[in-house]
Amino acid sequence: MDIHEYQAKEILSSFGVTIPRGGIVYSPETAENKAREIGGSKWVVKAQIHSGARGKAGGVIVCNSPLEVAQATDKLLGKKLVTNQTGPEGKIVNRIYIEEATDIEKELYLGLVFDRASESIMVVASTEGGMSVEEIAKEKPNSIIRSKIEVAVGIQSFQARELAFGLGIEPELIRRASETIVGCAKAFSELDATMVEVNPLVISKQKQILALDCKMSFDNNAMFRRDKVSELRDKTQEEEKEVYASDRGLNYVSLDGNIGNIINGAGLAMASMDMIKLAGGEPANFLDVGGGATPEKIVKAFRLITMDKKVKVILVNIFAGINRCDWVAEGIVQALDKIEIKVPLVIRLAGTNVEKGNKILRDSKLDYIEANTLEDAANKAVAALK
Amino acid sequence: MAVIIEKNTKILIQGFTGKMGTFHAEEMIKYGSNVVGGVTPGKGGQKHLDRPVFNTVKDAVKHTGATASILFVPPAFAADSAMEAADAGIKTCVAIVDGIPSHDMIRIKRYMRRYSKNEKMTLVGPNCAGIISPGKSMLGIMPGHIYKEGRVGIISRSGTLGYEAAAQMKNLGIGISTSVGIGGDPINGSSFRDIIEKFETDNETDAILMIGEIGGPQEVAAGEFAKENMKKPVIGYIAGLTAPKGRVMGHAGAIVSAYGESAIEKVEILKECGVTISKNPSVMGDTVKSVLNKI
Repeated sequence: MDIHEYQAKEILSSFGVTIPRGGIVYSPETAENKAREIGGSKWVVKAQIHSGARGKAGGVIVCNSPLEVAQATDKLLGKKLVTNQTGPEGKIVNRIYIEEATDIEKELYLGLVFDRASESIMVVASTEGGMSVEEIAKEKPNSIIRSKIEVAVGIQSFQARELAFGLGIEPELIRRASETIVGCAKAFSELDATMVEVNPLVISKQKQILALDCKMSFDNNAMFRRDKVSELRDKTQEEEKEVYASDRGLNYVSLDGNIGNIINGAGLAMASMDMIKLAGGEPANFLDVGGGATPEKIVKAFRLITMDKKVKVILVNIFAGINRCDWVAEGIVQALDKIEIKVPLVIRLAGTNVEKGNKILRDSKLDYIEANTLEDAANKAVAALK
Repeated sequence: MAVIIEKNTKILIQGFTGKMGTFHAEEMIKYGSNVVGGVTPGKGGQKHLDRPVFNTVKDAVKHTGATASILFVPPAFAADSAMEAADAGIKTCVAIVDGIPSHDMIRIKRYMRRYSKNEKMTLVGPNCAGIISPGKSMLGIMPGHIYKEGRVGIISRSGTLGYEAAAQMKNLGIGISTSVGIGGDPINGSSFRDIIEKFETDNETDAILMIGEIGGPQEVAAGEFAKENMKKPVIGYIAGLTAPKGRVMGHAGAIVSAYGESAIEKVEILKECGVTISKNPSVMGDTVKSVLNKI
């Protein structure tokens, strides 16, 4: 789960990271007041969407008066921002963060992620802040320093110090820099985060170490014990159909093609998408109804797929194990009794009682195309497009 | 002997009396697995499915001599249960459950460092289908009848894609020595490399089919291990050719976040390691067959 910049800043601030003064607003009027409340003579108006690269997309505006702050807020609110991370449909701006402008002396990069190879938390830092970590890795790989956190004991001061010295931070700022790194690491461990990124982490002309932009992501599997974090979820930043799916226990990712998929199991779903591509088609989605493929899940899956207007063919591929094909077939027949399908439907069943399952489908009034293998199913789905 | 589990391996069900535990315990018993009892804290002393229920794994091990266990406990309690099994001397533990937090998985693995290599439990999963040695024993939730007895080892992240492979192989008359589902989570108990190493020394396995997917370094690590250390042929398939970068594809671990984690990159690296690639998921069985014909 992703959260907004301002939410990440509030969290990190509570772990001892210094952030510029700022506040969240939902209207131009409050924006003007907020700017006065923050004080100073220069402000940054930042669109809050779940994406990086907002600056390049026009989502960050520097203002010189409270009136300008109000105008910038007016301009951004309700707008859809398209960045290189949002896809062409963009993301809606419903919240604006107003922040005092910072006199930047130096921009650094600080990130924490799970390192799957060493199965630990990895701190990644670089002197080249402001660029994405991918760009840094490509263009200035030598600027990257890493430190592995031993999760049993957490980050140690010396590790934070080594990183801070490694970044070339001047001696009188080492303590604050170390505290910042330790704060981020603690937030990561204590809140079940999967990613913390401060980019840029800046040294201001006033010799402060400030988190200028922050991102945090959290482990969905741990939200049962993170009530406060789960409350930060903003569904307006998620794709509508993906929200519908996640609220109903389906694993769904919206894609650009026109062949809708209903499949049990994530691996089989990816494999079926690959077969569609090899057959010359493009999948409209990834959808895993779970290994068990219960009739309830199948009904929900059909509802979801029929919401997607770009879907021109639906491909159902179920490998039934203990759940049995006859039971799955009955589920499909029941589902389609309730939901009208206006596009061709290809069904491939495999596994336990496959003959019985196919017989139930054939004997029903369903208008569908029967397929036997993965390849057969993909070929028939692509053929049905024409 | 089969790799990891044998015909008579004594099995405990952790979370025995729950709905999931009961259902799958019955399936395992039907298959012929030697289920000797189970653990549900607070229900010790009762009988369930004609087998004893214990309060703790230690009690259960003491009274039954069990060496393997399978977890059907909710994700919030799964880490605790896995560590309890390790501490009680269980040798093989399968965690079926989907949804264990990554921080908990790291905790389990750090906890298990206290054991020497010989004492250490093999943890398989979470978010997996488990282990089956066809005709011998099933420590998992798979449909046993789709696996024919034979001499090919399977390691798969995905449950249903592993079933697909087993069914394709059965249709071609190819049998399986052991199939291990290692699960779709980013941090798991056993990696491809851990299991492939066991297959290399297993005298009942001639070749290994490795079914991977996008995300993480494990498929490549196994490929590199195979190149350096293995004599048995390895066949591979990587799912997720069409998966967009940066999106989680169902499995928490199926996300491309670094170089070498996409399907295309993994396939290239595995080829360089001498792994025979199944070019699509519909020909996993055929690819295994063509490799077996060359042995």
